[in-house]
Amino acid sequence: MPVTEEQLKTLKDKARNVRIDILKMLTECGSGHTGGSLSAADIATALYFSKMKYDPKKPDWKGRDNFILSKGHAAPLLYTVLAHAGFIEHAELCTLRKLGSRLQGHPDSKHVPGVEISTGSLGQGLSVANGLALAHKLDKAPNRVYVLLGDGELQEGQVWEAAMTSAHYKLDNLCALVDNNGLQIDGPVAKVMGVEPITDKFRAFGWAVQDVDGHDLEKILGALDKAETTKGKPSMIVCRTVKGKGSKCFEGRVEFHGTTPSKDELDAAMKELSEETVCK
Amino acid sequence: MTKIATRDAYGDALVALGKKRNDVVVLDADLSGSTKTGKFAKVFPDRFFNIGIAEQDMVGTAAGLSLAGKLPFASTFAVFATGRAWEQVRQSVCYPNLNVKIVASHAGITVGEDGGSHQSVEDIALMRVLPNMTVIVPADGPETSQAIEAVAEYKGPCYVRVGRNKVPTLFGEDYQFKIGKAHVFNEGKDAAIIACGIMVAEALAARDLLKAEGIDAGVINMSTIKPIDTGAIVAAAKRCGAIVTAEEHSIIGGLGGAVAEVLSESAPVPMVRIGVKDAFGTSGDQEGLMKHYGLTAGDIVAAVKEAIKKKKKD
Repeated sequence: MPVTEEQLKTLKDKARNVRIDILKMLTECGSGHTGGSLSAADIATALYFSKMKYDPKKPDWKGRDNFILSKGHAAPLLYTVLAHAGFIEHAELCTLRKLGSRLQGHPDSKHVPGVEISTGSLGQGLSVANGLALAHKLDKAPNRVYVLLGDGELQEGQVWEAAMTSAHYKLDNLCALVDNNGLQIDGPVAKVMGVEPITDKFRAFGWAVQDVDGHDLEKILGALDKAETTKGKPSMIVCRTVKGKGSKCFEGRVEFHGTTPSKDELDAAMKELSEETVCK
Repeated sequence: MTKIATRDAYGDALVALGKKRNDVVVLDADLSGSTKTGKFAKVFPDRFFNIGIAEQDMVGTAAGLSLAGKLPFASTFAVFATGRAWEQVRQSVCYPNLNVKIVASHAGITVGEDGGSHQSVEDIALMRVLPNMTVIVPADGPETSQAIEAVAEYKGPCYVRVGRNKVPTLFGEDYQFKIGKAHVFNEGKDAAIIACGIMVAEALAARDLLKAEGIDAGVINMSTIKPIDTGAIVAAAKRCGAIVTAEEHSIIGGLGGAVAEVLSESAPVPMVRIGVKDAFGTSGDQEGLMKHYGLTAGDIVAAVKEAIKKKKKD
């Protein structure tokens, strides 16, 4: 369903607040993955605040759609949307990566409500998503499965094993999204180990592929709607994104893959994004 | 004496389980004829998923199925299930503590002619080190059937190791397998042999040979390697004062390693390990390989005598 102007404005505000919370928790924590959390913020916002069905009061509700963060290092993004969606308290975000916290450096499904499965070791999420999609098919259930991968993550061989499985079993209840920000920890993806052309590769593997601006919420939602009506094939949405999106401090800077903002950088970023207090 | 391969018992147990429970699903990686999951596939084609030659994807897919409430059994050869897909078992099954059952066949050197690339002598060690994992090595057909039922009832990751070749049936209808509980065939007085898998039959043969020489050796079937039955090991050590372990696996990290850990901390007594001595396998027939790697009843007899000798020195 097309979104109204008002809904779109609300979603954009949500994405901005998600970015603010990500930056605050990362600055507070002093370690974690900034760039890839920010680049996928609009994708996660579209999924959690428009597309997906879930009940934060009943994280195990059978009718829920599943989301798997295959690029588990974007845990700050996942925790932030889970807080905004009501699965966890906002105040808990400040505990990221601290001893005794549920908010591990990479998501741990044993302890955090709303995290479907622990991730962190790259390349494994699509296989898990396939398993969920196969189970929903067996049950003739309408649940949809979403999985978010990084572009560097596509270098893992298991992704391509899983891509074959999704197509072989015609998992049209599955929609994968790639956060195609073009950077990985050692440098540009194209330089470290090229993965392009991503769209052609997935098409050749039997997927229905779309290519969108990963920071245009309207386009992302349109692609998600289209994926939902695609039959007989799994859907891939390649989202062209900017690593560190949200502040000039971080955009396109590879050093922010695995490092956090300084106080000054946070202040500068806050000037660009409107302020909403989370971590004191 | 009847003989049945534990992989055949597994295939039959899966079909029986599939009839009882609708949530049972089975995955294989292009070896369903060999692992005997093909029996399940024939009866329940909708609940069987061949993932192709992609063990890592198979394990991840099994994890996803379990998340949606299914009870997945994933099978391939032991070397691939525990080696090729080890990190998937770690990250996507054990770390999130999911209800996935990995049942691997063609374990140990008795795969035979396929040679060292296919002979898994490390799988028990690789699975035992993983937190949340339960590790079971059944000794015969009936114990395999019961182990499959038991892991289906148990909630959490399990690894069950089965073999290619026919093995003598040791257990009757009165036998009751329980996860974590060793079965004591006889207590013994001079030494206790703790064995698993196909080595239990060898241990029993060794016991009879020793008896003829006036040595009273106990035999314990330690089919659950993890959680290991500490009580049974300590009791045997205290009773006999010498322990021999026997496994179709490396002497490093498997049953021998697990027993040594218990003994050294709780009941230090002389010990000798029978197993593959830090080596890869090689092509050959079962009988020849068992001799080559020192896994026969005769080898166990010699090990028991050595353990007793060590005890007397102390």
